[in-house]
Amino acid sequence: MASTNKTVRVIHAMFDDDHRLLEAAKDIVGQGVRVKEVYSPFPVHGLDPIIGIKRTRMAVVSFMFGMTGLSLALLGMWYFMIQDWPMNIGGKPSFSLLENLPSFIPVTFEFTVLCAAHGMAITYMLRNGTLPGMPAVNPDPRTTDDKFVMEITSEENPEMTSDGMSSMLKGAGAIEINEKEIAVK
Amino acid sequence: MHKEAAIREPLILGDKNYHDITVDVVGPIENKAPKAWYVLITIAGLIAIWGLGCVVYLISTGIGVWGLNKTVGWAWDITNFVWWVGIGHAGTLISAVLLLFRQKWRMAINRSAEAMTIFAVMMAALFPGIHMGRIWLAYWVLPLPNMFGSLWVNFNSPLLWDVFAISTYFSVSLVFWYIGLIPDFATIRDRMTNPLSKKIYGLLSFGWSGKAKQWTRFEEVSLVLAGLATPLVFSVHSIVSMDFATSVIPGWHTTIFPPYFVSGAVFSGFAMVLTLLLIMRKVMKLENYITIKHVEYMNIVIIVTGSIVGVAYITELFISWYSGVEYESYAFINRFSGPYFWAYWAMMTCNVVSPQLFWFKKIRTSLTATFILSIVVNIGMWFERFVIIVTSLHRDYVPSSWSMFYPTWVDIGIFIGTIGIFFTLFLLFARFFPVLALNELKTILKVSGEKYKKEDH
Repeated sequence: MASTNKTVRVIHAMFDDDHRLLEAAKDIVGQGVRVKEVYSPFPVHGLDPIIGIKRTRMAVVSFMFGMTGLSLALLGMWYFMIQDWPMNIGGKPSFSLLENLPSFIPVTFEFTVLCAAHGMAITYMLRNGTLPGMPAVNPDPRTTDDKFVMEITSEENPEMTSDGMSSMLKGAGAIEINEKEIAVK
Repeated sequence: MHKEAAIREPLILGDKNYHDITVDVVGPIENKAPKAWYVLITIAGLIAIWGLGCVVYLISTGIGVWGLNKTVGWAWDITNFVWWVGIGHAGTLISAVLLLFRQKWRMAINRSAEAMTIFAVMMAALFPGIHMGRIWLAYWVLPLPNMFGSLWVNFNSPLLWDVFAISTYFSVSLVFWYIGLIPDFATIRDRMTNPLSKKIYGLLSFGWSGKAKQWTRFEEVSLVLAGLATPLVFSVHSIVSMDFATSVIPGWHTTIFPPYFVSGAVFSGFAMVLTLLLIMRKVMKLENYITIKHVEYMNIVIIVTGSIVGVAYITELFISWYSGVEYESYAFINRFSGPYFWAYWAMMTCNVVSPQLFWFKKIRTSLTATFILSIVVNIGMWFERFVIIVTSLHRDYVPSSWSMFYPTWVDIGIFIGTIGIFFTLFLLFARFFPVLALNELKTILKVSGEKYKKEDH
């Protein structure tokens, strides 16, 4: 990028109630402001559509990992039991996958669940950026306790002025407003 | 916003706000542990060390030090295995099945119940491991390429299904538990002032920041994991029961086993949850979160599952007669009138009669009665597994092979030892981990909190 030493102004507006936060978000977004992020101590239901967060695709990820597990389990058992070393145990020979399928169901199920759950959990960690050793980025330690912070940047809202924004947020019920300049490359 | 009927009893008592929940749950971690904690962990730790010593003695000497013989090849070891796995089931039931059914009362108990699950499954997994005799060959249960002409494990065998079931169950429960813990660790991290604890909880919290998108994913992942864990928990104990049911031993060879084992597992698991939580709520002053109503709900689950277990016992008896198979009939006549009759009747009294007392509201809302009965149920469920395993085995097809099983001090030592290890782990959990899913509790405060319910009406 050509531009260097550009700064972005970031406003953190703090709310002390989830209901008030929702109302404020509706209000502010209605006035054409884009909300970059909301930090909250627990999931605030109904917030996502207001600030424009799409539905997560974690369930799809899980399904795909599950299907992978299912195929791998069947493929493995076919190879171990039917192809590579077929054994006749207790007069019950292993001739074909279809004949043995009933006794393969439990392991197929378990392995499907194993892959679906772990595959999704790993994807979740990666997408969330929550991995061992990652730094926390919540702007205020109180946001994991009982406060809610809305983050608004000048990058997304080029026309915003500090005073205008402050009074708008105050009007919407913010109890604290912090403004910072952050250098970006 | 979600609305709750006014006549429903509140799930969070007292005049609480969001901050109070944080303080109430994180407080015990920040403050010095009470004296009772040190006393308890010393006792539990000593028992755990004794148990580990017995395990070392067993491994270094061989399983001949157990009381097993040629006829009774499975006894306390597998009894303990099934007992511990069963106890684990309540945690998953609470966190997964109750999540799918949108039972909000699970939020006060799911964290510690899941911890209990994980520790119980660890104890369970110990027993098949040491029962192998040569535990250093335990990796043979996995389908690994090997030098014996690539001889594979037998996927037709329920014992192998069990390997997959238990390991999947353990690891998925662990992940489910930890994903729920991450935001709560973040709360502790942001409150800690001591730099070392801040650093440790910072590491444990994986840099959780509580962004809106993170919470969206969190809820979706919890829901999907619950959806996966629900059939998983039923499959695990079904497969454990198939270890017995697919054999041709009279007394084991019954199709009723999977549902019978699963309900027995939930039954004993809820009893253990109650034993632990009744102490924990008192010691950690969580009476406002784990209320009498929660205890009552759990007791209702105990009545339901206990009654299912009772019906299963009677069905077994009836079918053994109705089938006309003399071996089956004999196995059951021997159970209630043979040399192990006392174990059978202990099981019947503890599991069938005692939970019926919970039909009385006075009893199911009494903490003392619940605590006593929860221990009675756990004793009963241990006897159930002992009865199923030992009384079915000790009368072989050939009367000359008939024998009895007497536990040695190693049998007893290892069993007692696992209880010690279990309680040590649980006490450590209660000391250093958030024992309530505090961030989930905050989501129900305005709907089910006593203060908010009063304000509304």
